[in-house]
Amino acid sequence: MAKRIEVSDLNIYYGDFRAVEGVNISIEPRSITALIGPSGCGKSTFLRSLNRMHEVLPGARVEGKVVMDGQDLYGADVDPVDVRRQIGMVFQRPNPFPTMSIYDNVIAGNRLNNKKMKKSEADDLVEKSLRGANLWNEVKDRLDRPGSGLSGGQQQRLCIARAIAVEPDVLLMDEPCSALDPISTLAIEDLMTELKEQFTIVIVTHNMQQAARVSESTGFFNLNGVGQPGRLIEFNPTEKIFSNPDEKATEDYISGRFG
Amino acid sequence: MSTPTRIAPEAPARPAGPVRAQRRLPRFAPLGLFLAGVALGFALSALSGFSIPTAVVYGVLLGTLAVYVASRAVEGRRKATDRLVTSLVTTAFGIAMVPLLSLVWTVLDNGLPRFDAAFFTNSMYRVVGEGGGAYHAILGTLVITALATAISVPIGLMTAIYLVEYASGRLKKSITFFVDVMTGIPSIVAGLFAFALFTLLFGGGVRLGVMGAVALSVLMIPVVVRSCEEVLKLVPNELREASYALGVPKWRTVVKVVLPTAIAGLGTGITLAVARVVGETAPLLVTVGLITGTNLNPFDGRMATLPVFAFYQLTQPGTATQAFLDRAWTAALVLIILVMALNVVARLISRFFAPKTGR
Repeated sequence: MAKRIEVSDLNIYYGDFRAVEGVNISIEPRSITALIGPSGCGKSTFLRSLNRMHEVLPGARVEGKVVMDGQDLYGADVDPVDVRRQIGMVFQRPNPFPTMSIYDNVIAGNRLNNKKMKKSEADDLVEKSLRGANLWNEVKDRLDRPGSGLSGGQQQRLCIARAIAVEPDVLLMDEPCSALDPISTLAIEDLMTELKEQFTIVIVTHNMQQAARVSESTGFFNLNGVGQPGRLIEFNPTEKIFSNPDEKATEDYISGRFG
Repeated sequence: MSTPTRIAPEAPARPAGPVRAQRRLPRFAPLGLFLAGVALGFALSALSGFSIPTAVVYGVLLGTLAVYVASRAVEGRRKATDRLVTSLVTTAFGIAMVPLLSLVWTVLDNGLPRFDAAFFTNSMYRVVGEGGGAYHAILGTLVITALATAISVPIGLMTAIYLVEYASGRLKKSITFFVDVMTGIPSIVAGLFAFALFTLLFGGGVRLGVMGAVALSVLMIPVVVRSCEEVLKLVPNELREASYALGVPKWRTVVKVVLPTAIAGLGTGITLAVARVVGETAPLLVTVGLITGTNLNPFDGRMATLPVFAFYQLTQPGTATQAFLDRAWTAALVLIILVMALNVVARLISRFFAPKTGR
């Protein structure tokens, strides 16, 4: 479990447009890495390139290396489907499968991949994942109800349970709290702190307090202007970024003097 | 903050409030005025030799005018315009309903006399006068339509999946274009296509039920493609991404996430496509022909179908003309009932298979 990701000289394109250029970053295992920066600077794009979700879009491609524990994720013999099995993802908007119950949503990763499971194994996995996502006590009496009947915060935790049920090594979170209220946000932040014992977590957030609260390291993305590619300006321990950043641009952004 | 509060020189005419109070016509006045206008129109028509069309035209015009003038006088210009447009829209709706109601009424009126058990249990085998029924034609229509559906749905659905999930660029554009063209081809052309195809394969003079099914498929596939494509486009991309992020391959995402999410819309679209072709006459006329007995094997010779049955009953009545006409009307009635039933089924599908929200 929990692997290190080394990214070197990563360029990300949408067709001919270079969205992100020259990213070098080392993501530590068993820690939370936060990515901050203004809208459109490429942090979500970068995050999606880590589990090869980027190339799902037509015309999108990537140059450079993403190495997880010695293996290049963009190597010629690597199947993107396998990459995604090892690197799970939670999206900005909660997206439980509307046709499935809460129970089926949690084991969707196994069911959809036709993994044969005994009923008792499946039950255990569902309980373990829902407990892992701090949702078990709220839904244990209605596992057969549709997942879309839950509140937004519960749905997002259901999506986290679904992501951790396939037991990935890394968990990517793309603004997981931006659609949630402060209480649900707190629940998910607590959850992240627990999950980092087992997983490597990378989170994109617009909420700098959130980045400061939960993460060990923070990367600041920025872009020089509209139509320019986004770049990783600074990557440092969170404490340093928020107290004494190396770059002027980081300080400006964090203190709100940006733009 | 030195500006003094200005005192209004005169008291406001109406009590101050967020919405101005307005004079309005009493609740049933517009309807009453309209009916009065209609009555006047009928009277006017009676003066110049009564006829229903002129009476209705005069009546509607006068009624609309009466409502507009009264509203203009009492309620003001904006409300009067509102009432005028309401009248126009309602009239347009009424005009649209006339042919429909007239058709249903005529078919019921003429079709009900032979809407009996014999019609559903007897074929026309050795019937030259009265009696007989459309047992063979009803079953033939069902068999041929089912076969056409079996051909069209896999092709149409897979084309739609290809267009939405896989295709891009020029190929996608050209497929979409040709599907649109196919939607518009006349049904007789589809019939002649199937006729030519099977003549080429099996020689001249061949008549098979499956020919009709192929002809109907040519008409049905574009409709299925179009409706399924629209439905599949409605499936949120987030669900596909959620599935990919779990390490599910694309084809399994399509089969297990996209299709189940869209199943209600797909079922509705396909059922409506079936309803669209079940009453086609021309392609069946040239490919399947007609027989008087019951043939349920679409791979062996002519078959009877309801539309063609009705056509021949009408155009080639035997000695007992009225009996043939009655059967034609009843066949038309059964066909309408069939189409209505399919529409009801479509609605039921969309209701029962829609994803449950659980609230």
